[in-house]
Amino acid sequence: MGQKPITFFRQVLALCSYPDLLEDSKFPEDAKSRARRILQACGGGSLGAYSTSQGIEIIRQDVARYIERRDGGIPCDPDNIYLSIGASDAIVTMLKLLVSGEGMSRTGVMISIPQYPLYSAALAELGAVQISYYLEEDNCWSLDINELRRALQEAKKHCSPRALCIINPGNPTGQVQSRQCIEDVIRFAATENLFLMSDEVYQDNVYADGCKFHSFKKVLFEMGPEYSEKVELASFHSTSKCYMGECGFRGGYMEVVNLDPEVKVQLTKLVSVRLCPPVPGQALLDVVVNPPQPDEPSYDTFIKERTETLATLAEKANMTQEILNQVPGIKCNPVQGAMYSFPRIHLPPKAILEAKVESACTQFNLISVLFMDISKGEKGQSPDMFYCMKLLEETGICLVPGSGFGQRDGTYHFRMTILPSKEKLKIVLAKIKEFHQHFTDQYS
Amino acid sequence: MYRLQLLAARSLIAGALDQFTPLTLTSSLTGVRHKSQGPSVEKYGQMRFSTAEAKVSAGRLDGKMREKSLTMDTLNPQVKAVEYAVRGPIVIKAVEIERCLEEGGTKPFSEVIKANIGDAHAMGQQPITFLRQVVALCTFPELMNSPSFPEDAKWRARRILQGCGGYSLGSYSASQGIEYIRKDIAAFIEQRDGVPSNWENIYLTTGASDGIMTILRLLVSGKDSSRTGVMIPIPQYPLYSAAISEMDAVQVNYYLDEDNCWALDINELYRAYQAAKQHCQPRVICIINPGNPTGQVQSKKCIEEVLHFAYEENLFVMSDEVYQDNVYAPDCQFHSFKKVLYEMGPEYFNSVELASFHSTSKGYTGECGFRGGYMEVINMDPEVKVQLVKLLSVRLCPPLAGQAAMDVIVNPPQPDEPSFKQFHQEKSSVLGALAEKAKLTEQILNAVPGIKCNPVQGAMYAFPRIFIPPKAVEEAKALGMQPDMLYCLRLLEEKGICVVPGSGFGQKDGTYHFRMTILPSTEKLKVLLGKVRDFHISFLKEYSALE
Repeated sequence: MGQKPITFFRQVLALCSYPDLLEDSKFPEDAKSRARRILQACGGGSLGAYSTSQGIEIIRQDVARYIERRDGGIPCDPDNIYLSIGASDAIVTMLKLLVSGEGMSRTGVMISIPQYPLYSAALAELGAVQISYYLEEDNCWSLDINELRRALQEAKKHCSPRALCIINPGNPTGQVQSRQCIEDVIRFAATENLFLMSDEVYQDNVYADGCKFHSFKKVLFEMGPEYSEKVELASFHSTSKCYMGECGFRGGYMEVVNLDPEVKVQLTKLVSVRLCPPVPGQALLDVVVNPPQPDEPSYDTFIKERTETLATLAEKANMTQEILNQVPGIKCNPVQGAMYSFPRIHLPPKAILEAKVESACTQFNLISVLFMDISKGEKGQSPDMFYCMKLLEETGICLVPGSGFGQRDGTYHFRMTILPSKEKLKIVLAKIKEFHQHFTDQYS
Repeated sequence: MYRLQLLAARSLIAGALDQFTPLTLTSSLTGVRHKSQGPSVEKYGQMRFSTAEAKVSAGRLDGKMREKSLTMDTLNPQVKAVEYAVRGPIVIKAVEIERCLEEGGTKPFSEVIKANIGDAHAMGQQPITFLRQVVALCTFPELMNSPSFPEDAKWRARRILQGCGGYSLGSYSASQGIEYIRKDIAAFIEQRDGVPSNWENIYLTTGASDGIMTILRLLVSGKDSSRTGVMIPIPQYPLYSAAISEMDAVQVNYYLDEDNCWALDINELYRAYQAAKQHCQPRVICIINPGNPTGQVQSKKCIEEVLHFAYEENLFVMSDEVYQDNVYAPDCQFHSFKKVLYEMGPEYFNSVELASFHSTSKGYTGECGFRGGYMEVINMDPEVKVQLVKLLSVRLCPPLAGQAAMDVIVNPPQPDEPSFKQFHQEKSSVLGALAEKAKLTEQILNAVPGIKCNPVQGAMYAFPRIFIPPKAVEEAKALGMQPDMLYCLRLLEEKGICVVPGSGFGQKDGTYHFRMTILPSTEKLKVLLGKVRDFHISFLKEYSALE
């Protein structure tokens, strides 16, 4: 959507890809020194060699140091770091390990509703049991422990709950969980013996005043050894979001804490079959966790670019929420973080009826297959799918219906990104406003 | 003296896994390494014989049982079943030894020569300049203004970037890959085969492994006697057996004919198929051509027979062709399965389901780290195709840098372009060296008594058969490991050579092999082969002498 890459990152990557450029005076020394260091750690000094399956060792060490700095000095063992093909890869790998049993003992995995549909897709593919816990829309999409308990108790009747997934900052909801909430979740996981999976790919995308990113690892350790020595935790990060936006490089990592040592051996074995994550993505991750320091030549430009990108996102987050909240029939929670807004839309009963009658499945097309209502699995179109299709046809704006992420029965949403340029975003929001009014009129 | 050394070596060897038959683990027998800050040495759940090595798992230090939700009991049993020899125990041991050498330890050698994995750059092969220029231009488009980059590289980079969202390699692409690149691949295939190729049947993948696993995933279904059976060659590249384990499909082995240069024997296919039908539903046949680990390049006739067999028995064909540019034997030629299928006429061409795989990791480019690859899928049921695209979409897209690398491979400099000369020179040099080394390896190994090496017709490996004396076989069994694993461990410990035991790839009962790559430089390869020869001779002596 037009966001510019961070210059320094691309310089280092170019140097790594084509080391002849190390002789080119137009590249700054700090980029060159990083590139040389990365290449030295590659087989034959080349980005084209396989790395070890866990990822290049010095990069894992750099990631560990980054985590230590971020978390106020809490130790991080590089051996607990696994580089991955984007965060998605590591998430699926962990879920794969967790799925076992049959019938009543089949693994259940708790996921938030609404959620990023990688989770539901992975669980479906692995044949695990999805245990939905609802986020509180009326309370800025926060997590309610009572709801976690309810979902767990319910689930215990038909499966064996083993893991709990959280996305913080949230996707699609954008909420940034409070520290108290994170502690509550950790306590809950400890009591109920659940493996915690903390998807933190948006950790640099925090916009709202009063909100702050707390890593699950940090909170876990600050809760003392009773928790930090027991609770199993996997935390995920990626090069795709934050201020980097380098989705195409498929860079990412996970940190595993308190993983059973024998299981860890199995994990390492499992990732070895796919050989290694893309080395350019690993190199990129290295620069992300090891950016220019104040005394380095590239620092000023780097800070400027980073600040600008994050500030623009913050502005757009605010703007999106404001404009959408002005539309009668649309209610948008504050976009506290991440890259999306997930407004609730009121749909007239007539529209809902028409959606159900018009079955998307009579024409077997990709879109209907992709976006069947995951919380219902019903045939026929979800009303918000119907809405989004109409929006697309009439305005050319492509959004994703809330049914693709999950939502409480009888509520409808859509997810839009805040990524278009400010000017374009204004246009998009204006068109949505216009469309919504027109849609409401049409179906009243 | 020698016997003492041997006994001392046992406790180290005891740590190795019996490769081809997965051990079932019981926690009381498994040594567990204490969590530490240092580099951990992963052993794939093995029997430990030395009580001195018994460790305690971290959570039990204070005597209380610490319950975990993810233990060997609750771990996915399919994951437990997975084995992948190429990066297995022997390599872990090699890394340990390397570390020891780095830290100043003494060994009977000064370096470990790793000939276990098809990683060309790691063994000193140089990247193709043009490919890296294009990737650098795509990565940092400011370089378009640099006079040090040739026009043909810039033109390709611009084109690739035009196919990227926001003109950036950092955007997600469509899940099937960048459209321009898919079209370039289709054009490449058409040129290679003289057969039409539809770009919509092309899918970019994260290395060929990714595509192979995706197709297998689609194919696995049913229960018990209707469970999907997957026919794979023995010996095979253990991605296939690992995937089959992970997906809980049924592995159906068909043996390649060692006495006939590892050729595929159609009667053996029929035998395997008939036997399998009794307990599963064979649905797919996998072929690796040129072969890994065996290096054989299948004849056109053989390919026809396989396709005819697949046609008759309604099997989905998966043709792993990542080594299609690695053909060395003058009387061998690469024939793509697609081309042969086409030449068999419309009845075959319009019906046999075929997925063909290629990669940036092998050939003359050796770009393993970029994780580039593609598959071409023909005659797939249209509804299943929709499902395939849906499945791919969950992982968003293959890495863009790998897609760009793949594009250069299928769209290399042409004779009238500025970079052609250098490109052609580099390509010829790499392939020429590989051909030389293939020949050298075969020759030297065949000169060793007790080693017999089939011609390395293609790919990047030699898979010689080794005679292991009965006493050594016995000793290995007593240690709970495969005889060729014992052999390879000893070779590693005594000579610093890392190769992979044949049991990791599969072989006929009672036969033993190892797989080595032909990738080290010619000088280093000669050193390696010399050491293998010396080792083998002394190994034979040692175990023939034992009463």
